[in-house]
Amino acid sequence: MKLQARDVVIHHRRQRYGDMLLAVDGATMDIGEGEFVAIVGPSGCGKTTFLNAVDGLLPITSGTLTLNGRPIDRPGHDRGMVFQQPSLLPWRTVMGNVLYGVELLGLPKGEARAVAKRFVEMVGLEGFAESYPLELSGGMQQRVNLARALAVDPEVLLLDEPFAALDAQTRETMQHELLRIWNQTRKTAVFITHDIVEAVYLADRVIVFTARPGRVKEILKVDIPRPRDLRVKRDARFVEIETRIWESIREEAARDTLAATA
Amino acid sequence: MAERVEEPIKYDTVPSYPGELMGTGQRALPGDLVATRVPHDSPLRTTPLPPQNWFQKHEALIIGTVAVVIFFVAWQAVGSARIVSRLFLPAPTDVIEAFTELVKDGELAQDLGYSGAEFGIGYVLAAAVAIPLGLLLGWYPRFRYALDPFVTFLYATPRIVLLPLFIIWFGIGMESKIAVIFLGAFFAILINTTAGVRNLDAHLIKVARSLGAGDLVIFKTIALPGSVPFILTGLRLGIGHALIGVVVGELVAAQHGIGRMMAIAGATFQSSKVFAGLFCIAAAGMLLTYALQRLERHFDAWRPQR
Repeated sequence: MKLQARDVVIHHRRQRYGDMLLAVDGATMDIGEGEFVAIVGPSGCGKTTFLNAVDGLLPITSGTLTLNGRPIDRPGHDRGMVFQQPSLLPWRTVMGNVLYGVELLGLPKGEARAVAKRFVEMVGLEGFAESYPLELSGGMQQRVNLARALAVDPEVLLLDEPFAALDAQTRETMQHELLRIWNQTRKTAVFITHDIVEAVYLADRVIVFTARPGRVKEILKVDIPRPRDLRVKRDARFVEIETRIWESIREEAARDTLAATA
Repeated sequence: MAERVEEPIKYDTVPSYPGELMGTGQRALPGDLVATRVPHDSPLRTTPLPPQNWFQKHEALIIGTVAVVIFFVAWQAVGSARIVSRLFLPAPTDVIEAFTELVKDGELAQDLGYSGAEFGIGYVLAAAVAIPLGLLLGWYPRFRYALDPFVTFLYATPRIVLLPLFIIWFGIGMESKIAVIFLGAFFAILINTTAGVRNLDAHLIKVARSLGAGDLVIFKTIALPGSVPFILTGLRLGIGHALIGVVVGELVAAQHGIGRMMAIAGATFQSSKVFAGLFCIAAAGMLLTYALQRLERHFDAWRPQR
């Protein structure tokens, strides 16, 4: 197993309330080499918190979280995170931003540039290498975000709702693009989203989280062959899986609302 | 798999493109609103704006210049009409006369050199100390908690009130003025630099941490470049404070300098000389501020022009 989580409990520190919130309460999962997994769940269910822990940005309270059998306790180059906000350095060009992570690897200058250039091209931004982030559209900024994470050649790609802030059309284009790029690299990927269609379209397996505190509620296999065209979203099998997940989340969201009003 | 894409209909005014008004068979005249199917690779996909004439291009500069000219003409008229005594309000020509006199007998060069040296030393020292200190204050909260009371106290106090003390400590020579200039510029630079580090985008720090950057690397690659615009703003604001230090310091007690020259001229009712000094200082301030603005724009190349 590439990535393994056993009864992972995470408390999330809330600055505003000055307390520790139980965000994830015993998440268990196994993610295999080269697998694309999507995690969905009602909002606030701790899925982003979980991903941050996988990236090593948050400590876990108990349980075990391992990558290739080694416990995760800090960020590292074996994981690459694509954040929800593009979070690009505004004073660096597209090229400079993709270069940023590669520079931190300590590669020689020329080699680093060659790597960065390859990934700028892979995400289709070769014409914008010298543009600044603020000159780009939201979709293009997320392409840079993706290229930056891929450029450090991580073993696992972590994506935290990267397309949530994009408009519907751009989001679909980016989903398609992501699959195209993923097909070239076939990296193990963990994709957080609240968009069920997106999850089913992209993933080999979809993991449904319960309402907060998050736990794995069920895991569904998406047995739809690749490569997938966007039209697959209209297939009966696709809609069937989508509906199952929708009902599952619906149940959780209702439970959450009841708990909140009780 | 190449999908056929219907060419989009683009509505626009096409000033130099003699298209056909849709469906009418009439030729469109330049400036008419026409719908044209624009091929993907056509340069017409972007339509140039109608050319601006000379006035439109330089509108701000022209109106500004005219206003200044009107002002000086009016001033000259009032001055020449001798409505007010020349002792109180000299005409622009009198000021120019006083100015050329000051230049001729070398007095101005000497005073400017003296004041310039005070300004230069005080300002550069202020920048050299305030920028590193501001970065540290922004980066280490505990350091900031310790120094905050002092910074607040001194920033809230007009630094000029310290001048009597400085004269006791450093005498009426250059040193007391340098101290006042230093303090004046120091806080503008310090406070802006600190704000620059504190206003860093938390997302960027998260990205850097995720990519495995340590504190030192985050400081060098995020905090430092991220605060450059703030530091430059501080440097620009510091110029004004430092110039106040130059003039007021010399007005109170000095042996040489522009402020000193103006003080003596004022005490002896040579108002044209006072005006000449005033314009010198204003010119210095404007030039330095302009230079800093250019520098700010240079480092702001990544910000889209508004």
